[in-house]
Amino acid sequence: MEPGHDAVAETVRVEGTRILATLIRTVGDVQLAEDAVQEATLAALGAWPVTGVPPEPRAWMTVTARRKAIDIIRRERARADKERDSTRLIELGRTDIVPAAVVQDDLLRLIFTCCHPALSPPTRVALALRTLCGLSPTQIAGVMLTTEAATAKRLTRARQKIAAARIPYRVPPEAELPERLPAVCGVVHSLYTSGHAPVEGQTAYDVDVCAEAIRLAELLHELLPEQQMPTAVLALLLLTEARRPARLDADGDVVTLDQQDRSRWDNAAIARGIDLLNDSLLRSNQQADAYQLQAAIAAEHARAATYDTTDWTEILRLYELLVSVAPSPAADLGLAVAAAEAKDTTAGLALLSELTPSPRWHAVRAELLARDHRYDEAVGELTKALEGPSTDAERRHRERRLELFRAAAD
Amino acid sequence: MAQYLALVYSADVDWFAPEQAEELAEYRRFQDDNAGLITASAVLHPTSTATVVRVEGARGGKVVTTDGPYAETKEALTGYYLVEAEDLEAAIAIAQQIPSAWNGAVEVRPVIRAR
Repeated sequence: MEPGHDAVAETVRVEGTRILATLIRTVGDVQLAEDAVQEATLAALGAWPVTGVPPEPRAWMTVTARRKAIDIIRRERARADKERDSTRLIELGRTDIVPAAVVQDDLLRLIFTCCHPALSPPTRVALALRTLCGLSPTQIAGVMLTTEAATAKRLTRARQKIAAARIPYRVPPEAELPERLPAVCGVVHSLYTSGHAPVEGQTAYDVDVCAEAIRLAELLHELLPEQQMPTAVLALLLLTEARRPARLDADGDVVTLDQQDRSRWDNAAIARGIDLLNDSLLRSNQQADAYQLQAAIAAEHARAATYDTTDWTEILRLYELLVSVAPSPAADLGLAVAAAEAKDTTAGLALLSELTPSPRWHAVRAELLARDHRYDEAVGELTKALEGPSTDAERRHRERRLELFRAAAD
Repeated sequence: MAQYLALVYSADVDWFAPEQAEELAEYRRFQDDNAGLITASAVLHPTSTATVVRVEGARGGKVVTTDGPYAETKEALTGYYLVEAEDLEAAIAIAQQIPSAWNGAVEVRPVIRAR
């Protein structure tokens, strides 16, 4: 691959998603707009490595995509609605560049359409990755741990439903935002989680899912700065991402929180995350939501200069609130760990005994048992944890701990 | 405007039974509130009155009829409304007023229109 190709491909992908939203509104059809942008993308990828990236790449791609859309509409004209096409062709024939404010409105429309509650949660994620991040079905399949064929089918069905059931291409009125934002924020958050804490396998795909999720979170916050939920999601993602470089060592092995080199944390991102969290909390007049609570927990960890100065009592309080507003297996495990740190291992083990076992549950239980020098039992738990799915780094970490506990048990 | 069929899924009841009077009145209220948007509707006898018809092989084959519901379920199709709406959100705004939405479910399906 010639040098600079990646940079060109990245520009093409990002610009492609920026112009797609406006094109969908103009042509009124997700599939047609995607096809036109796809053709413009291919044209750019063919031309730019030779001619260089034009001074205004977005303008170049906008004009090219409009021309491609005109071609597609003309090709399909025989069987289409002629009157509607005439107005579309006039609109597409314009050569002016869409003003930034219009692009922002179109992006919001696209976000709310892709994340419409009438679509299933995995479909929302797949659509967002396709239209808002510009990923290919192969890349999306890698992110969502499924096959390319299944992803392509899911996307086709989603486009058909949007068209046939007439899911509107519009931003909900202000009063409906509290109802509609959880679905949108859920897509961004689950996307980040799938990159940050995958359930199994190596992180082999060529996409930085965490970076894509943060890009979406930044976009959503930029478009709806007054809304507490997108602000909290961005805060949570930044506070988590800030500590990501320290989670793996040079060999790609897991480094647990107590062992992490905190100088590798991104202090600028932590400061910004805390500011955003405070801003979000100021805007809310009721009980903190799940994103605010998770961001607050991440902020407590990020604030502590050393593991020993972590305020576990406050973290335990936040987890108790989180479990009551948004129970989840991850929150339950977090609560047990916080109880073990803030009180003692007995408290942590008691909370664990109420939960359904999973590989992570077994791994947490093993660590707590080992603290009480119950190494035989810890070995048993880790053996069970290793029977289930895990990421490669997680597996290596558990194998090392298993050896350690075995030696201690003898 | 587009057309949507709102399929009413509720307990498999006999709507003429006196104990259904109150609920039936709720459905009438929904119909009155949305009179201009409902283009057709039907209330169905319970599934115990249903007959399933199949023709073996191809058209003209042996006709096989079976009694009773096609499949035993807690919620049954007990009626439908054909409604006019601008888009899915407008259709959902109508469907959420149908009593079975809180006593069962409403399935909203877009209707194919001749081009």
